[in-house]
Amino acid sequence: MKRLLVAGLLTSMLAAPALQAADYEIDTQGAHAFIQFKISHLGYSWLYGRFNTFEGTFSYDAAKLTESKIQLEIDTKSIDSNHAERDKHLRSPDFLNVDKHGKATFVSTKIVPKAGADFDVVGNFTLNGVTKEVVIKATKLGEGADPWGGYRAGFAGTTSINLEDFAIKNILGPASATVHLDLTVEGIKKS
Amino acid sequence: MATENKGYSWTGIILHWLVAVMVIGLFASGFWMVDLSYYSSWYRTAPFWHKSVGVLLLALMLYRLVFRLVKGAAAPLSIHSKAIQRASHLTHLTLYSLVFLIICSGYLISTADGRPIEVFGWFDLPSAGELFAEQADKAGLVHKFAAYGLIALVFLHAMAAFKHHFFDKDDTLKRMLKP
Repeated sequence: MKRLLVAGLLTSMLAAPALQAADYEIDTQGAHAFIQFKISHLGYSWLYGRFNTFEGTFSYDAAKLTESKIQLEIDTKSIDSNHAERDKHLRSPDFLNVDKHGKATFVSTKIVPKAGADFDVVGNFTLNGVTKEVVIKATKLGEGADPWGGYRAGFAGTTSINLEDFAIKNILGPASATVHLDLTVEGIKKS
Repeated sequence: MATENKGYSWTGIILHWLVAVMVIGLFASGFWMVDLSYYSSWYRTAPFWHKSVGVLLLALMLYRLVFRLVKGAAAPLSIHSKAIQRASHLTHLTLYSLVFLIICSGYLISTADGRPIEVFGWFDLPSAGELFAEQADKAGLVHKFAAYGLIALVFLHAMAAFKHHFFDKDDTLKRMLKP
């Protein structure tokens, strides 16, 4: 009887995370989340960069994927392409105009399941004061208990945006009209 | 202290005009190069020359400062009123300070990420690292507005020299042309 009770308790404990949508805090504290970008340089090569400061939360339920949500807030000042002079230019009104628009945000509006672990995250992306709908092609990487008593779930996603759609004049040439974003977010389940 | 009315030496005169040409050239090139298009052939070379000449100006200004401290500054013209002498002295002090402020802030922009400044391809002026947060942006603001301030003061300085030359008909400008 006692063994049954313990077994039942264990089962419910294990099953619980999968049964109800759980809220996750994106682990930017431990830097287990990344927002990177790449843009063509002259059409000959890639330039990579990232945003160092952002925060976000998501709710996720493997059984009811469509009810999942994610929201991100990015500090545009934190753009880092490993070159101080270039980053200064990227923060200027020629590009991100960070004095006026210090935040970029993404708020999901819809999740569309795809094959296997893949799904689309539809949402509103605000950059340079302009809000447009974007679709992030996402995939679930994994979830489970971490070694330190927490519970984590990780996802990766990619999307592309045109600079001109966000009122950023493309002064870099025709090959550099599009910025490719690459996100990896690992969330720690809120207790 | 000079007993007679001490003017400028050839060294002082040459340094003055060299610095004048460089300061005006650096201001003009800086003003022009920040708006160059990415595909301009000057996009990479203009900042290279601007920085190299800036470092050269630093060397000249340091030499000039030492020269001034060791040999003493030229004495003000005795026909000028005390107020004029004080205003001139204050202007010269501010001109020197702004030139050093602009060079230092320029250095802090380009070296904010640890990169050195390449000087004419002769040598690299090493970076002191990132000394404060948002260094490139903050130093950039100082660099820009101090440069506007300097060029305004240069204009005032030149106008004052012309005023002394053409209206007061004194030796202010002449003694900066010949000892």
